[in-house]
Amino acid sequence: MRIFKFFFFFLFSGIYCANARTIQVCKSCEISNLETAVELAQDGDVIRIQKGTYNINNLEINKKIRLIGEDFPILDAGFKDDGLLVTADGVEIYSIEVRNTKRGNLKDFSGIRIDGADNVIVWGVRIYNAFFGVYLSNSNNALIYGNVLVGIAPDQTSSGDGIRLWKCRNVKIIKNYVSGHRDGIYFEFAYNGEIKNNKSIKNLRYGLHFMFSDTNWFADNLFTHNGTGVAVMYSSHITMLRNGFYQNWGSASYGMLLKDIKDSRIQQNMFKMNTIALYFEGSSRVKVDSNSFMENGWALKLLSSCSQDSFLTNNFIANTFDVSTNGTLFLNYFHENYWEKYTGYDINKDKIGDVPHRPVSMYSMMVENMPFVIFFMRSFIVDLMNKAEQNIPSITPENVLDSAPRMHAFKYNASSS
Amino acid sequence: MLKITKYVLIDILRNRILLMYAIFLLIISLSLFSLEEDPAKAVISLLSVVLIILPLVGMIFSTTYFYNAYEFLELLLAQPLKRNTILLAQYIGLSTCLVLAFLFGVGIPVLIYYPNEIGAVLVFAGVMLSLCFAAFAFLASVSTRDKARGIGLSLLFWFYLAIMYDAIVMGIMYAFSDYPLEKIVVLFAALNPIDLARITVLLKLDISAMMGYTGAIYQDFFGNWKGIVFSSLVMAIWVVLPLWLSVRIFNKKNI
Repeated sequence: MRIFKFFFFFLFSGIYCANARTIQVCKSCEISNLETAVELAQDGDVIRIQKGTYNINNLEINKKIRLIGEDFPILDAGFKDDGLLVTADGVEIYSIEVRNTKRGNLKDFSGIRIDGADNVIVWGVRIYNAFFGVYLSNSNNALIYGNVLVGIAPDQTSSGDGIRLWKCRNVKIIKNYVSGHRDGIYFEFAYNGEIKNNKSIKNLRYGLHFMFSDTNWFADNLFTHNGTGVAVMYSSHITMLRNGFYQNWGSASYGMLLKDIKDSRIQQNMFKMNTIALYFEGSSRVKVDSNSFMENGWALKLLSSCSQDSFLTNNFIANTFDVSTNGTLFLNYFHENYWEKYTGYDINKDKIGDVPHRPVSMYSMMVENMPFVIFFMRSFIVDLMNKAEQNIPSITPENVLDSAPRMHAFKYNASSS
Repeated sequence: MLKITKYVLIDILRNRILLMYAIFLLIISLSLFSLEEDPAKAVISLLSVVLIILPLVGMIFSTTYFYNAYEFLELLLAQPLKRNTILLAQYIGLSTCLVLAFLFGVGIPVLIYYPNEIGAVLVFAGVMLSLCFAAFAFLASVSTRDKARGIGLSLLFWFYLAIMYDAIVMGIMYAFSDYPLEKIVVLFAALNPIDLARITVLLKLDISAMMGYTGAIYQDFFGNWKGIVFSSLVMAIWVVLPLWLSVRIFNKKNI
């Protein structure tokens, strides 16, 4: 349904533009700068920009026009202000390169800023060295497709986000590449968003960040090497499908951090080589199924403040710690996961182990309470203690168990790459 | 000195026990690598072999050898040779054999199945532990003339370093868990060659967990080139110190 809507939208704009005027902009043309071109244009016109470098300074596009570059003309903001400012509905921006916005805290300087404009399309655009890449505020039904945003954020306090949404509905963010910003993609009060096939790599803070944004859907994205992974906070009805979370390493680094998330679904994702793959705090009714957790430090950190979360048919393979929790209260549910550390047997050959698996080891509880005992990892004494604890649980919460652990790993396809 | 070393080497290499030890290690390593799908898991199992079995066998073998070759030692002492030359020559011969057995039993399989940085660190740790525990064995052997007491003493060394030490340190940490102990832990690691070897391998192996916020301290300390120099240096001290002590005792000893 969503795809169809877009298809029509493209079709419609195509027909509309067939009757429109085209304004050529190049260095040797009649019109050699963009300000004049935008001034001359009327609703429905096309501005074609030839290859070259053009200086812009907070260029406002307040008419429904199409801004099309030929082979990526460079629009240089010269560190003075914003790049482009879109305030009219239905603007389309295609195949240009925006560079060098101002950096600073007085205003959220951005490469392309879309303010109060609906149905805007930004696609095939390159944005380099911008404070914020694309900034949408109060704008609904936008499509951000196939853009490349590369920043050179020096540190968290003096840098902006790649794609930033503030109070938006029905925005689609598809096939973008974001790196070198503070947050790759940041949603604040954004609803009904669709985030698909994006790559968010080497951002300083989060690859993806959510705040108070309900009913969003994200699938097939790749988040790697981000400072602190992905953080999803204070939202409900989030669907996360087939995303890849790789190598988010560091002392405070998470594959995905969930804080106060309700009624959401995490399905078929791949978490590999993260310090903490999935972190749950104060989240309830989240269904986590068919994910693979491989070679993480902690596959799952589930604080006692979570309830009614269910973990079904996941793979836990070669993690240092599979599950760790911080107390004895445990109101969540594990069923039919594959645990590589499972040592039970399967007499009736139904591929489900006959004795329950306790994924929380005594040592992981100790590490949770006294982090420096990580010093003893893989030492003989720890093995001894874990074995003893497995047989007679005393410190580990007794009800953290998978009553039907699988004997063999599930074969899930590796997620987006 | 070289001549004595040569005799010791030839004598031990003819010894069936060491050959069996080498083959035993080889069988363990090969079966671990072929049973586990993921070679990294085999390396984890091999790590416990290196940390527990290697010191134990190295120590028992060295102590027994020292006492069994006592007559040869007495013969040498009758010659116009310096005492420390004799002891060091014996140590070099013995430890070379242990290292060779280890390289044959573990080094070759690692080279075949897992030829990377982690494998190299594991083999390095094994070599250093072999050297170190041979030195401890010599210390135990020169301390007493009685064979049973000597073996008992070396077993005690092993038991203390492999198991007791961690339990004691864990107890201390438990008691002082309200204090920031992260940095002191590095010192504790340096005071036990087995722990030092374990940490060095783990920093490469369990890298995801070690990047966590306490692990990061070890990562910062041991992970860079300074840390590698530091841990190699401390390991070298753990070889030289017991050896030096045993030479001192041996020089004054009434045979």
